[in-house]
Amino acid sequence: MNTQEKLKAFQQRIDKGEKIEPKDWMPERYRKQLIRMMSQHAHSEIVGMLPEGNWITRAPSLKRKMVLLAKVQDEAGHGLYLYSATETLGVKRQNLVEDYLYGKAKYSSIFNYPTLSYADICVIGWLVDGAAIVNQTMLAKSSYGPYARANIRICKEESFHKKQGYEMLAKMASGSPDQQKMAQDAVNRWWWPTLMMFGPPDTESPNSAELIKWRVKSKTNDELRQSFVDRSVMEAQAIGIEIPDPDLKYNEETGHWDFGEIPWDEFWRVIKGDGPMNRERLKARRKAYEEGAWVREAAMEYARKKKLKEDKAS
Amino acid sequence: MSADHSNNNVEWPLWEVFYQPGNGKPFEHAGSVHAPDAEMALQNARDTYARRNEGIAIWVVPSSQITASTPEDVGPFFDPANDKAYRHPQFYSTPRAVKKRT
Repeated sequence: MNTQEKLKAFQQRIDKGEKIEPKDWMPERYRKQLIRMMSQHAHSEIVGMLPEGNWITRAPSLKRKMVLLAKVQDEAGHGLYLYSATETLGVKRQNLVEDYLYGKAKYSSIFNYPTLSYADICVIGWLVDGAAIVNQTMLAKSSYGPYARANIRICKEESFHKKQGYEMLAKMASGSPDQQKMAQDAVNRWWWPTLMMFGPPDTESPNSAELIKWRVKSKTNDELRQSFVDRSVMEAQAIGIEIPDPDLKYNEETGHWDFGEIPWDEFWRVIKGDGPMNRERLKARRKAYEEGAWVREAAMEYARKKKLKEDKAS
Repeated sequence: MSADHSNNNVEWPLWEVFYQPGNGKPFEHAGSVHAPDAEMALQNARDTYARRNEGIAIWVVPSSQITASTPEDVGPFFDPANDKAYRHPQFYSTPRAVKKRT
């Protein structure tokens, strides 16, 4: 088979809904796009531990501290499922990690915002994890087998993340006037950045068409964003929270909620590295990586010596 | 680029993780972990893939030790199975009276 025929056969497999596995033939571009997208997803899970980790020591009760610890540990797990899945494409994990610590690899813009109060932790669970669920539910059907399987695993855990946040926010929103103010303030700050999580509008999303053709994704950024808005409006109403968008209006014709213009200038600025927390996040991640180097080396050396001893004894 | 900053030139080896989802169930592949030795691979596998009792037992195997069939050979490799319909019970006929009972 020449490349043209291989490409055609590949597309036929995709169109039939078959999963592509690591050793199967795949177009170089499919592999490259997957590596970019999956490692970006993995980096996001890892960086995502920082804004929430910020509040572990100051959680309002022991129960909330245990919940937050478990959630942050899950995020580490999600990052590891995704790195593991990306490695099946023939790349080394360490290179992926260093690509974003010292290179050009990106992670989700949402984690470049600060967590100013405990209400932010509630809102991250409700909105940020809620948005992640919309995205990852789609990715659980991705054409690349290991990526789909990693997302299935993630989705199972993500609903706990969302529910714990939503429950806390509901409690705050029905609490004292100060608590209500805190809750609403956090929603006001996180709403628009959360809508940006779905990526640029379809008209400016260069990768979308190709990813959909290959069924890595099955919905466009704008479609996912709309379904998230529809769900969030209902959830906000149920707990007496206001969505900070004066243009939000139910559209009888489409059956969806129309919403106002997303501040895209801000999105591009944050993506390019100029958000409120970009530098801080990268600094924290580099510090962890560099200061952990001796631990990784010592563990390796310990394993080597232990094996030497065992070999001698036998 | 990576080489300039890489202060850890030893990447821990890769291990494939399998877990048994329940008593009497066959082991399933979960994913992989990096670890310096088998003992830590087991612990990392538990922390990564079994935080909610997903498994009651775990196997870890060095990824380099796995030999897998290749998709290119899938045709000839599994071919011998295709023309042996007599390996399946449907190949055989049973008297109608007996069939009804089962």
